[in-house]
Amino acid sequence: MLNPNLKLNTKLFDVDVEKKPTRAGFGTGLLALGKKDKNVVGLCADLTESTQMNLFADAFPERFFQVGVAEQNMAAVAAGLGVTGKTAFISSYATFSPGKNWETIRTTIVYNKANVKIAGHHSGIMTGPDGATHQATEDIAITRCWPGIEVYVPCDAIEAEKATIASAKTQKPVYLRYSRDKTPLITTADTPFEVGKLQDFWVSENPQVTIFATGYMLYYALVAAKELEDEGINTIAVNVATIKPLDSNEVLKFTNQTSAVVTVEDHQITGGMGSAIAESLAKTNPLPIEFVGMQDVFGETGTPAQLLKKYKMNPEAIKEAVKRVIRRKR
Amino acid sequence: MNSNQLKDLKLKANEIRRLIIEALDGANHNTGSGHTGGPLGMADVFAALYFNFMKHDPQNPDDPDRDRLLLSNGHICAVLYSSLALSGYFPTSELKTFRGFETRLQGHPHRGVLPGLENTSGPLGEGLSQAIGIALARDIDKKTYTVYCATSDGEHQEGNIWEAVMLAGKLKINNLIQIIDFNNIQIDGPVDKTMPLEPFRAKYESFNWHVIDIDGNDMKEIVDAISQAKEIKDKPVIIIARTIPGKGVSFMEGDYRWHGMPPGLKDVSGAPPKDEQVAVAFKEIEEERKKIIMGKA
Repeated sequence: MLNPNLKLNTKLFDVDVEKKPTRAGFGTGLLALGKKDKNVVGLCADLTESTQMNLFADAFPERFFQVGVAEQNMAAVAAGLGVTGKTAFISSYATFSPGKNWETIRTTIVYNKANVKIAGHHSGIMTGPDGATHQATEDIAITRCWPGIEVYVPCDAIEAEKATIASAKTQKPVYLRYSRDKTPLITTADTPFEVGKLQDFWVSENPQVTIFATGYMLYYALVAAKELEDEGINTIAVNVATIKPLDSNEVLKFTNQTSAVVTVEDHQITGGMGSAIAESLAKTNPLPIEFVGMQDVFGETGTPAQLLKKYKMNPEAIKEAVKRVIRRKR
Repeated sequence: MNSNQLKDLKLKANEIRRLIIEALDGANHNTGSGHTGGPLGMADVFAALYFNFMKHDPQNPDDPDRDRLLLSNGHICAVLYSSLALSGYFPTSELKTFRGFETRLQGHPHRGVLPGLENTSGPLGEGLSQAIGIALARDIDKKTYTVYCATSDGEHQEGNIWEAVMLAGKLKINNLIQIIDFNNIQIDGPVDKTMPLEPFRAKYESFNWHVIDIDGNDMKEIVDAISQAKEIKDKPVIIIARTIPGKGVSFMEGDYRWHGMPPGLKDVSGAPPKDEQVAVAFKEIEEERKKIIMGKA
């Protein structure tokens, strides 16, 4: 069942569950930060409305900088602001930022210790109709490898707002990952959010498998957990909202009971959240793991539902992965 | 500026050149590496900045009102390190640790490990953008300090620079002075053969920058240009400093092979044997110092 202590959306499994894109949470979170702190600034590379930075830009035009289609410049200008007392947010599609401007961010923001938050939008095959050029499926891998950065991947629009606001509490650079399409609201305003903390959104008695999920894919993991329970297979489903820092004790805590793991993410299985969990467990408690995500292939044009089915990332695929990993248990 | 002040600045440039050779001699001993041509060519500009124009205090390097100098082409950091040491940010004796193990004088500069550094640089084309960011923060904070950015001609082949040039022109950023080391060398040879930049002035003017074109090794021209640049209030300014790479050491002047090589590393045609290169360089710099004192340079 949904963890009753976390004040999650009780209508989550209803057909008409309320949906919003996580980028909406970025827009409202940044606006709230702007109201609270005059040192918050925003920069965008010609995607102001699409990335929802328009809320901030309209409210604080003197603190918003339109740099045009120039992601490298956006990153390095933000670095200058970030070393001069500002908390700078840069916003674009993740394939372009932190994709196209990866080295610029590495040098001028991360190594340079500039207070910049990188908002990567349109992540994953969830980006759908735009095709693989615009579907960032490598962004977690290319950011979490940087020393000194934090990586947050909120599971819904409400958590996205909390994650956006939380990113400004540290002086460190933070990568924030958002997606385009409307996805179910899993949490509520009262659900706790803490950087570095994992939360078991689905709990059961004598669970056999731990499902770690990140981003909106957590919804499909929860659907799979619920359906598996009907089949007599008990699981825990954990929300990995912050991939870095990742507390190995937390990972251990949620796997001690189950001794088998499935990871679920809309990202390449190489280098993403699943890899981070595997790295952690390899050091503490090596366990069989099945990885649900993009299996070393690029996406394509389609609806999110069509793509999730084809690339084996829908609830059916997650359930199969759980059964596979159970068979691998010693 | 009177002739005595000009002479003092020339002596500072001469001293910076001596320290550059000390630093590179150290780098050669530490790791057999270092860039020589660019730093020697820009010694005059850096002397004018650090010892005449910039408002800065080595005892208080984080003063929020200080003028900032960002070095974009980080590989010429020997001139920056030498200028900072001569200003008093750290002892000149530390220069010999350049490019060594566990030094604060990293092969390319890293902000935060050494006082006086405003940015981390090395990968080309990124400094001007950071300078713009600092200038924007300054304007939000209603402060008035000047942001200088030293760039190079070769790095103008990076797209990022032109993104920054466009933005600064669009925003009409004031009190942002770029000084480009236009020395026509890059790793693979002359810039005008590798990837020509001319007509350079016209490019900048078309992006709404004010352009000043000078001999970057003539102290009077440098001082006049920066003074003039500070009076421009409605747009960013670029000073094209046409410099001679390796300036001050005859066997290095104008020779692109000294772009990425320290003295003492190799025997090179047209240069003294490697074991004598450092001594010859010091000797020529000392002779120049005497000439400056006598008013003959």
